Amino acid sequence: MADLHFLANPARFRRFSQRVLPGLALTTVLALLIGLYFALVQSPPDYQQGETVRIMFVHVPSAWLAMLGYGLLAVLGAALLVWRHPLAALMARAAAPVGACFAVVCLLTGSLWGRPMWGTYWVWDARLTSMLLLFFLYLGHIALSRAYDDPERGDRAAAILALVGVINLPIIKFSVDWWNTLHQPASVARLGGPAIHPTILVPLLWMAVAFLLLFILLVLLRTETEIDRRRLETADQLS
Amino acid sequence: MAPALLEVLLLEVEGLACRRGGRRVFDRLSFTLVGGELLALTGRNGSGKTSLLRALALLVRPDTGTIRWQGTDVQAEPETWRGRLAWLGHLDGLKADLSVRENLLVAERLRGGGPAEDRLDGVLIAFDLASLALRPVRTLSAGQRRRTALARVALSQAPVWLLDEPLNALDQPAQGAFRAALAQHLAAGGLALAATHADLGLPARTLDLP
Amino acid sequence: MNGFTTLVARDLRLVWRRPGDVAVVLAFFVVATVLFPLGIGPQADVLARIAAGVLWCAALFASLLSLDRLFASDYEDGTLDLLLLAPWPLELAALAKCAAHWIVTGLPLAVLAPFLGVAFGLDAKSLVALAATLLVGTPTLSLIGGLAAALTLGARRGGALLALLALPLCVPTLIFGAGAVESRAIGEDFSTHLVILGALALVALATTPWAMAAALRQAGE
Repeated sequence: MADLHFLANPARFRRFSQRVLPGLALTTVLALLIGLYFALVQSPPDYQQGETVRIMFVHVPSAWLAMLGYGLLAVLGAALLVWRHPLAALMARAAAPVGACFAVVCLLTGSLWGRPMWGTYWVWDARLTSMLLLFFLYLGHIALSRAYDDPERGDRAAAILALVGVINLPIIKFSVDWWNTLHQPASVARLGGPAIHPTILVPLLWMAVAFLLLFILLVLLRTETEIDRRRLETADQLS
Repeated sequence: MAPALLEVLLLEVEGLACRRGGRRVFDRLSFTLVGGELLALTGRNGSGKTSLLRALALLVRPDTGTIRWQGTDVQAEPETWRGRLAWLGHLDGLKADLSVRENLLVAERLRGGGPAEDRLDGVLIAFDLASLALRPVRTLSAGQRRRTALARVALSQAPVWLLDEPLNALDQPAQGAFRAALAQHLAAGGLALAATHADLGLPARTLDLP
Repeated sequence: MNGFTTLVARDLRLVWRRPGDVAVVLAFFVVATVLFPLGIGPQADVLARIAAGVLWCAALFASLLSLDRLFASDYEDGTLDLLLLAPWPLELAALAKCAAHWIVTGLPLAVLAPFLGVAFGLDAKSLVALAATLLVGTPTLSLIGGLAAALTLGARRGGALLALLALPLCVPTLIFGAGAVESRAIGEDFSTHLVILGALALVALATTPWAMAAALRQAGE
């Protein structure tokens, strides 16, 4: 006899996402198009870096989303541990790879952006190094949640890790910043780019909104997949 | 081995249900057990006997149901409840590199029990471990280790014994020693729940898990 | 507190019965450290420059080595269930396990490292800084490692996963520990580093026992 306990909430979620996804997908595409228009066409090239400064419009929002994603993992982890909400576990499983991808995009775009300036594909810039460590934290979360035969055990272990990780993130950021000022000569150009100017702020915010919508879209899609997968696994065990 | 208790002990279980890996292992179990009673849990392998014992010990969180000890919900004061338990699981719970004597003393101290040196010799003799007392557990046979684990339970003076297949690996004399210790525990007013395939050899109520 | 000291004493006694386990970790520390001059070349100025980082990294890896057995041995012989059933807080039990781990791993590393530091050409003041920072920093490594061990208890590929989880979280301790020795080597003060290392240890002490206990309870389910 199928266990109805598990199916109750995820069924409601499925109905919700079925209604929301088409509109969300459309809005995401629109926002991306608008953001890219502003970023690639409307905003001026930087007097120092030329056209490559446009990479910032992908690099900075993906950094924000990577950090937001880990915060989401921590919130979902708390929801799982405190309220034992089954959907929180599945959504965390769905969101972690998405956040990790944003971290990778941030690292790759940061590397490409820096190449013309630094002459190499990587310098140990404080923010890139912090993002690299955040990527490792994501990898740990992903690996831990899938390291157990019983997926619920993996979910709960990863939830604890996310909570500990989110507390450590500011500490890691602080120590990497400190490490960087100690070792890096001041003359190396910071990856921050030029000061924030209205012509840069508008496309940046549009891209940030577009990325946020993309993040939500991807997480909702993947959560549906995770629900299906968990249902199949449970059915396997019952038979 | 516990001194006779002045009040009657009462364990009440209501509507206990537990899920493992998405599957309902047992559903809406209810029973009461008073001091001096032994409850034998029977059923096929995988029927949930171990899960029930672990749920009673609060090692596993049950889906629903309440467990009451002397009228108080044990979930409200889990540490107090755990102090009332003596546990014998599938595994012996012994450190292989410590001697029998060291294992028993450490286990009792970790349980929060007081110094047990004076009671120790009696327990060792009862389970025929006196000659093995100073040997490291890894040099003992499976049956001798199981006897040591039972000695640990007997040493504890806990009012509630939770036993998972206590007769496993025991030969006849050892089974006799176990029955004697269990009978003494029950006579002093203690309770015991035992998951078992074999006949425990003592008067017992049974709870069959389908 | 009685349970805490009993558990620490028990674990120390177990290590005493098998001293090879500790010796292996310390031997690894020495071998790993020696690999660097072999790989990079024995120029004195280069070695002096990398000494702090190499010694701290090697200490970090050596600390992690014995961690996957921290809770696994108790899990396998059934004594973890008895700790879960003890009527005193599981957080204290986890702390006791980490304390015992530090006494047999972190403490010897802090004592041994200065001798290796001599081979790297560190001066006396830097050696003092090395020992002091390892002394203050290795408890944090034991706590973070203990957490990673509890989270990976019974997992597939537990050992490698443990390192993946623990190492990023140990980065702040590494940065300030190695940074302190370097700072001393160029003649500057390292007291700020030491204070920060102490603060990191306190943060670990405040957060990891709770997380370890939660992870251990899940292992018991």
